Amino acid sequence: MKIRIIATGILGVVGLVTLAPAAVDKFSGYVELEGRFFFRDPLYEGQRENNGSLAVEPEYYHEWDNGSSFTFTPFARADTADTERTHFDIRELNYLHLGEGYEVRAGVSKVFWGVAEFVHLVDIINQTDLVEHLDEEQKLGQPMVQLSLPREWGVVDVFVLPWFRERTFPGGKGRLRTEPEVDVDHARYESGAEEHHLDLAARYSHTIGDFDFGIYQFRGTGREPTLLPELDKHGKPTLIPYYEQINQTGLDMQLVTGQWLWKLEGLYRTGQEENFFGGVGGFEYTFVGVCQSKLDVGLVGEYAYDTRCDEATTVFQNDAMAGLRLTPNDAASTEFLLGYMKDTQNSSSAMSLEASRRFGENWKLSLEIWGFFDVASEDPLAAIRQDDFIRVRLAYYF
Amino acid sequence: MKRYVWILGLLAAGWPAAGAMTAGEEKGTAIFREADRRDEGFEDFTADMKMILRNKKGDESIRELRTRTLEGKEDGDKSLLIFDSPKDVQGSAFLSFTHKKGDDDQWLYLPALKRVKRISTSNQSGSFMGSEFAYEDFTSQEIEKYTYQWIRDEVYQEMDCFVVERYPVNKKYSGYTRQVVWIDKEEYREWKIDYYDRKDKLLKTLTAEGYKKYLDKHWRAGKLRMVNHQNEKTSELLITNYAFQTGLTDEDFNQNSLKRAK
Repeated sequence: MKIRIIATGILGVVGLVTLAPAAVDKFSGYVELEGRFFFRDPLYEGQRENNGSLAVEPEYYHEWDNGSSFTFTPFARADTADTERTHFDIRELNYLHLGEGYEVRAGVSKVFWGVAEFVHLVDIINQTDLVEHLDEEQKLGQPMVQLSLPREWGVVDVFVLPWFRERTFPGGKGRLRTEPEVDVDHARYESGAEEHHLDLAARYSHTIGDFDFGIYQFRGTGREPTLLPELDKHGKPTLIPYYEQINQTGLDMQLVTGQWLWKLEGLYRTGQEENFFGGVGGFEYTFVGVCQSKLDVGLVGEYAYDTRCDEATTVFQNDAMAGLRLTPNDAASTEFLLGYMKDTQNSSSAMSLEASRRFGENWKLSLEIWGFFDVASEDPLAAIRQDDFIRVRLAYYF
Repeated sequence: MKRYVWILGLLAAGWPAAGAMTAGEEKGTAIFREADRRDEGFEDFTADMKMILRNKKGDESIRELRTRTLEGKEDGDKSLLIFDSPKDVQGSAFLSFTHKKGDDDQWLYLPALKRVKRISTSNQSGSFMGSEFAYEDFTSQEIEKYTYQWIRDEVYQEMDCFVVERYPVNKKYSGYTRQVVWIDKEEYREWKIDYYDRKDKLLKTLTAEGYKKYLDKHWRAGKLRMVNHQNEKTSELLITNYAFQTGLTDEDFNQNSLKRAK
């Protein structure tokens, strides 16, 4: 017994000396050329018809022997039409300290919460970089100190968010915007501290067998502004983003049973004009290896609800969504995703088709088509009803 | 009708438990138990992998990844796979907890959205990164996941081998009806596996090369070659830099470690 312990000890030491991972330095990222072509004429004065852009997102990553790391990820896009879309952001600039039973991340970082495919309802830490894309999946870097405590009974995360990021909105020459346009230079806050208000969040998440869930409380500046119709100093109509102080409780859960994934997100928010519940629930069903081939077919169905109904600041206030995902599992990683969204109370609907594949080892071509149909005048989509478009991206990854 | 099916199910479930294993089943099970016993105590290991995908015409596509595995004591192993190339999937990572009983738990981390996605159970029969390997060929082969039947003894590459068939316990989500495995009698290493698809047609053959012994006990292959007989594509997996007992713990296999894996 003793011999075995000693032997293990020696092996352990040898292991530490010879096998400890050396410090890692990594430089990676992508450069992307983008074109967006709109099928119909612009609805508003001053809007350019189409646009092209060039974006770059390099990343530097350093990891020390003890597992602690440093990440720096700047992002920039230059757009031919919209000066608001020409923008720079620090997506990440943070130090991660890996301790015994805890992790601390300090700096600018990105955090995602949620399970649904079409709607990202409970995700709140990072602000949406809306000029990037209307799917609201692109986020601005958020300054934070995050303490994470992984335990056997779940993970507790505490966030201190000292500086707020304002949402980006397309400018006057850009498509996919509101009319009147949003005046991002004159945003207002409920808090006298404005963007320096100290926001706080805490989340508990855990996995029990086939069941994943998370629950959180957020207190601070709401990420989703109320847009106030006003006149600017020249008497021109404009929309002023107004950021309230909110309290939000959020929940996300997911259950896997065979081919099925069952998903649910819910939130309760106070502090804006009206207190409300929001929810999105649905499923994802996957046929793997259809007809003895390598093709996987996924079906997604979701329904989103918001108790504010037409007063909601979201497009998804009472909508049903369906998706079809095709993954041929070829060497080029080709993927297709067809999405359909329908408002259950008015005639509005939207459709999207996304396809992508790799060329060689480093190039990736992505194609998206978006269409808006029978948009009702009271629907939030009404502002962009003429903006059906096709988006082509060619990216080089390094 | 329903009751009839239920009784059939009961019969099927009760049959092996009643101790009615045939001699072939007993021998097959004993061979895999012995193979499992011989590899016990590796604690954890890490390795680098390079996968070369080849189609009929000979076009190649490369994937590079790293693997970390933690030996399970009461339950199955835990493993983490980190993707390094192609560059557009760099930083993606796959976490799996295999279970001796019931379905495995699997999650995929997508770095662009910082999102962890749960993977459905049926995914195990799906293609791994577009290769001819399925996820279930990659994850830990817990002994309880199959029933076994010794078929015959045979010489394979000048080694005396057992030839054993194994049948997945979870027939619903496995892509195979059976696998035929060649295991050498001396060291209990798997040298060749024939995979039969759901229609019991020969689908793929895996061959192993370059076995090396680590810590004077644990045999690991340096090269695995999967040939798909139906689409004539091959996937070659080259495994280097094996390191054992590196001190990994459960904390290296949770959602936090999945998200920070780079």
